[in-house]
Amino acid sequence: MADKLNRRDFVRRAVESAASVVMLSVCGPMRSLGRASEEAEAEPAAYDATKHYYGMGVQIDKCIGCGRCADACKSENDVPREPFYFRTWVERYIIDSEREVHVDSPGGGIHGFPPPATEEDILRSFFVPKLCNHCDHPPCVQVCPVGATFKTQDGVVLVDQDYCVGCRYCIQACPYGARYLHPEKHAADKCTFCYHRITKGMLPACVEVCPTQARVFGEIKGRSSPLHRLMKMEEIQVLKPELNTEPKVLYTKLDGEVR
Amino acid sequence: MKKLNLSIGKVPDQAVRIGAVFLIGIGSMVVLRQRFIPESFGELGHYRANAIPVVAGAPLHYAGWQTCGACHQDELDKKLEGFHRTLSCETCHGPAYEHAVVDPTATTPTVPRGRETCLTCHGYLPSRPTGFPQIIELQHNPMEPCIKCHNPHNPATEEETPACSGCHGQIARTKAISHHSLLACETCHVTPAEHKENPRQYLPKKPTNREFCGQCHGEGTPTSGTLLGVDLSARDIPKVDVETHGNTYLCWQCHYPHFPEGK
Repeated sequence: MADKLNRRDFVRRAVESAASVVMLSVCGPMRSLGRASEEAEAEPAAYDATKHYYGMGVQIDKCIGCGRCADACKSENDVPREPFYFRTWVERYIIDSEREVHVDSPGGGIHGFPPPATEEDILRSFFVPKLCNHCDHPPCVQVCPVGATFKTQDGVVLVDQDYCVGCRYCIQACPYGARYLHPEKHAADKCTFCYHRITKGMLPACVEVCPTQARVFGEIKGRSSPLHRLMKMEEIQVLKPELNTEPKVLYTKLDGEVR
Repeated sequence: MKKLNLSIGKVPDQAVRIGAVFLIGIGSMVVLRQRFIPESFGELGHYRANAIPVVAGAPLHYAGWQTCGACHQDELDKKLEGFHRTLSCETCHGPAYEHAVVDPTATTPTVPRGRETCLTCHGYLPSRPTGFPQIIELQHNPMEPCIKCHNPHNPATEEETPACSGCHGQIARTKAISHHSLLACETCHVTPAEHKENPRQYLPKKPTNREFCGQCHGEGTPTSGTLLGVDLSARDIPKVDVETHGNTYLCWQCHYPHFPEGK
């Protein structure tokens, strides 16, 4: 008889403790949610990510290849100065009369471009600034095994560098080569649209310093945004549209040879 | 033989045991999840929501040109009048947040005085868009610092900039060695005066029909006297039947007007 009572006791205690654990796990996030809403009330001017959706326009026919964007990006975001770490860089395309495409980007274009070897032979030539495309369907986010890279509510793809394990899957997955492994932080690093600037109402550093306004930053959805005007007035192309990544970096006058 | 006890309300021993095992399993899963899943993970998606303020809290280095105007209004006003009006101060002077916002005396932004800074944008490269003002470094006052003649805040010089070749140097150089070298740009391009101030808003006009070229190159056009400011005598201007030559194509679809003899 006593044996049976003990077993019942045990089951009851087990159920009770399980229930308390479940209650804790439910209450924990609710508590932090409560905290978050209190903070929002205390700071009425706080940034609201749900009211924004960012994109960038790049006007190829305005780019002079000065590389100020790539330089400013390195200064603003503490990107290592070695010429193989870039959040944004400028490529020079030269298509010769044999229709062969030559692409170069010495040092990302930061220190300018040397005169091309065969100026006589150029069919057409132009500069293409490149950066993270902040895809609407980002392949880098899909492959991250720990959830350290993600798309925010305002459409920017960010890296949680404290949580990144540095496995480099995302670097492999990015079809645009926009990511690198930060040699000091040992975490993936990439363009954030200067998230620390845009959330304060400032422009990304590359857009700020572009001398010809080849780069246009703004809201994709806001009707009075410079980017929306660009999308309305110009013919827009994106890089590698066949991958269905739906980039939010939009190019105008983009040559078909650009990869 | 012992009778099986199957009365309702009595839970079999084995079911109780396996239930206990399950409960311990579920409980430990919940505890482990609590322990290992970081705070704020899953609040907004499959990531730590707390990472966003970390990224958004990165230090600023570029202050933005509006900030500079608070103290350097005169320079800013001068810049806004000239061709460099679209440049941000920090494009040339470098990141200046420390100087502009934190402590103006602590750091001073760089003041580039050499040719290299200007040539970053204005050195000739065939990849640069047509019309962007470029110089060939070895031809344009070599060794002289740009700031000797040009104020970077308003780079137009006292000396009148050559009307077309100032910006369209490549076309001017090509035309200069072609059979069209004696033609003024305005002969073919009617250019609104505003084009010099706002090049992209007010574009020069281009010829639109074959008859325009036919004024000189049509059969039966004068071979002596002057036409469009050019002395025609002793010139061997090629003449074609404008009606039929080249099928229905326009002249400049085959001939580059700035270098018409080119292949």
